Amino acid sequence: MHRFPKIALCLIAALLLAVSAAACGSSDGETTDTTATQAAAKSKPASPQEKAAVAQYRDYLEENTAELVAKTKPFVAAVVAGNVAEAKDLYPAARIPYERIEPVAGSFGDLDPRIDAREDGVPADEWGGFHRIEKALWVENTTKGMAPVAKQLQADVEELDEKVKTVKLDPVEIAVGANELLAEVSGSKITGEEERYSHIDLVDFEANVEGSLAAFEAVKPLLDASGNADLSGEIEADFKMVFNSLEPYRTADGFVSYTELTKADTRKLSIKIDTLAEKLSQVPAEIDNNG
Amino acid sequence: MPSIPPVTRRRLLASAGAGAAAVGLGGGGLLAGRRLAEASEEGTGRVPFYGEHQAGIDTTAQDRLHFAAFDLLTEDPAELRELLREWTRAAAEATEGAMVGDVNDVPLAPPDDTGETVGLLPSRLTVSFGFGPGLFEKRGLGLAGRRPEALRPLPPFGGDALNPAESGGDVCVQACSDDPQVAFHAVRNLARIGRGVVAMRWSQLGFGRTSTTSRSQDTPRNLMGLKDGTANIRAEDTNDTERFVWVGQEGPAWMRGGTYMVTRRIRMLLEVWDRASLQDQERTIGRHKYSGAPLGGSEEFEPLPLEAKKPDGHPVIPREAHVRLASAKENDGARILRRGYSFTDGVDESLGELEAGLFFISFQRDPEQFVAIQRRLGRFDALNEYIKHVGSALFAVPPGAMPGGYVGESLFS
Repeated sequence: MHRFPKIALCLIAALLLAVSAAACGSSDGETTDTTATQAAAKSKPASPQEKAAVAQYRDYLEENTAELVAKTKPFVAAVVAGNVAEAKDLYPAARIPYERIEPVAGSFGDLDPRIDAREDGVPADEWGGFHRIEKALWVENTTKGMAPVAKQLQADVEELDEKVKTVKLDPVEIAVGANELLAEVSGSKITGEEERYSHIDLVDFEANVEGSLAAFEAVKPLLDASGNADLSGEIEADFKMVFNSLEPYRTADGFVSYTELTKADTRKLSIKIDTLAEKLSQVPAEIDNNG
Repeated sequence: MPSIPPVTRRRLLASAGAGAAAVGLGGGGLLAGRRLAEASEEGTGRVPFYGEHQAGIDTTAQDRLHFAAFDLLTEDPAELRELLREWTRAAAEATEGAMVGDVNDVPLAPPDDTGETVGLLPSRLTVSFGFGPGLFEKRGLGLAGRRPEALRPLPPFGGDALNPAESGGDVCVQACSDDPQVAFHAVRNLARIGRGVVAMRWSQLGFGRTSTTSRSQDTPRNLMGLKDGTANIRAEDTNDTERFVWVGQEGPAWMRGGTYMVTRRIRMLLEVWDRASLQDQERTIGRHKYSGAPLGGSEEFEPLPLEAKKPDGHPVIPREAHVRLASAKENDGARILRRGYSFTDGVDESLGELEAGLFFISFQRDPEQFVAIQRRLGRFDALNEYIKHVGSALFAVPPGAMPGGYVGESLFS
């Protein structure tokens, strides 16, 4: 006796049809090609509520890329001027807006790796962006050779700021992005891998969660309207729980260094993220108007 | 294309001989799955989940184990009850060989079931639940008055080198199966269902059973190469299970038909053991290594000659031999039902030796049965030279549930 899924097998035909329709619908030259986008390809026109969700998130997105450009500028200036101490001070503020909207940045080909690749993520001669400079500042304690890298970074964040203005968004994708930001926390912030030289991982952690919350809030009215107000309330409570769990680590100018966290600390934080993420992962299907 | 894999899995299932035909006739999916489950009961290796006692105790010991202990994160009794309801439902589904949950086919939703047992047989899966002492100490739960007197933390024993991170827990799940992936799947899915209400504290995989709980089974060997559990209680000996395993009138009413579970993660110093001569190994345990017979005897199930002396006046079974100290005769007749598993978890980082041993599990009507035996073993057992107890836990295992009810329901009624 084999294990049988409990949904009728006769649904397969219908599913297959739906999937092929979805796949065809997505081949209209969208810039992103995530799984969610394909599966959620529109077969119905967006409702006013969906349009409002997209508009709300678009505002957030553009606010953050604008902030990214603005905060990267003085950081780059300090690097070009050879001021290590000042560049270190300015680094976290430039990271925050990027970490809030990273999944969208990730949809523009190699722009994300140019801005945010880690040392082991790209061939050595291609490595630039924030983390290359981070290593120079914290490990090599110099800005030597970093001026061209910094100038390229400025150009790249400006390009990102332009590109997001025309990016196509839909509510399901925004909800998927909210989940991706938590996956970022689980995969690289709670492990201390993202900011392995500066150890400001908790700064990124908070920014990822802020970005996730903003994305969730944009689609929340859709979730409530789909008869999931309970889930919606639980998710909001869990977001609060996650933010509260970060408080013990807050300092006057940010957060304690990742190196100060014990295994018990990271375990506590990780369990909270997993709890929130398990619920948040149900949102895309619930708000999918093709579902 | 994103949705292809699940469809492929379903195709695989649909083409599985008789199954396909039955599904074709079946109409509604849920119903079709269930009907199939009933239609081909024979030879499927399915152990009923529901019953007077929880399965996985006196049911025939399977070959693999995945055990997990959880910390409870809530003090809201309603949340705990809901968790137990959900766990019961999922455990019953998994033991039937069905997928867990309802949502497994929505392209944009993560499937409820994690999927790694699709296509696998039920493999005699049993899932058993227990409550640790900590559960009764959480004020908000209001269960202090329900705490069985017998559920006291275990005292320290000689030879203990306990790591708190591998000990204790408010709730436990013991999943046993003949397929390790089926056991793993059960624990993984229950952990996922419980997210936010419980957090896994520690878990243990066991790759081979070291005990026999039925007369139909041969005595297996533990990692020391010794037959283990020759004198174990067998399910067929219902007088023994009634007397030594199941809680009767003495316990709180909610524990009647339940039992107490002790787990001990026993690290074996295998490199040291392997250097001991055959004679030393046999004198340490008190049995012949290959036959399992008591020293001086030739048959595994011969009674232990505890009184017998050698010509030089020394006892045939040395005073500090493991079997003597653990024997019912020398423990006022007390016996326990053992259901342990061998484990290995890679290399001990600080020693460069195998991190391996016995994950000891015993069930008894009162933890005192274990305590009395372990007190003697901890002090005198010749085996202590080769083992260290590194993890320890105690759980009250409630009676079984009937369909429509849930495991642990009696605790709240």
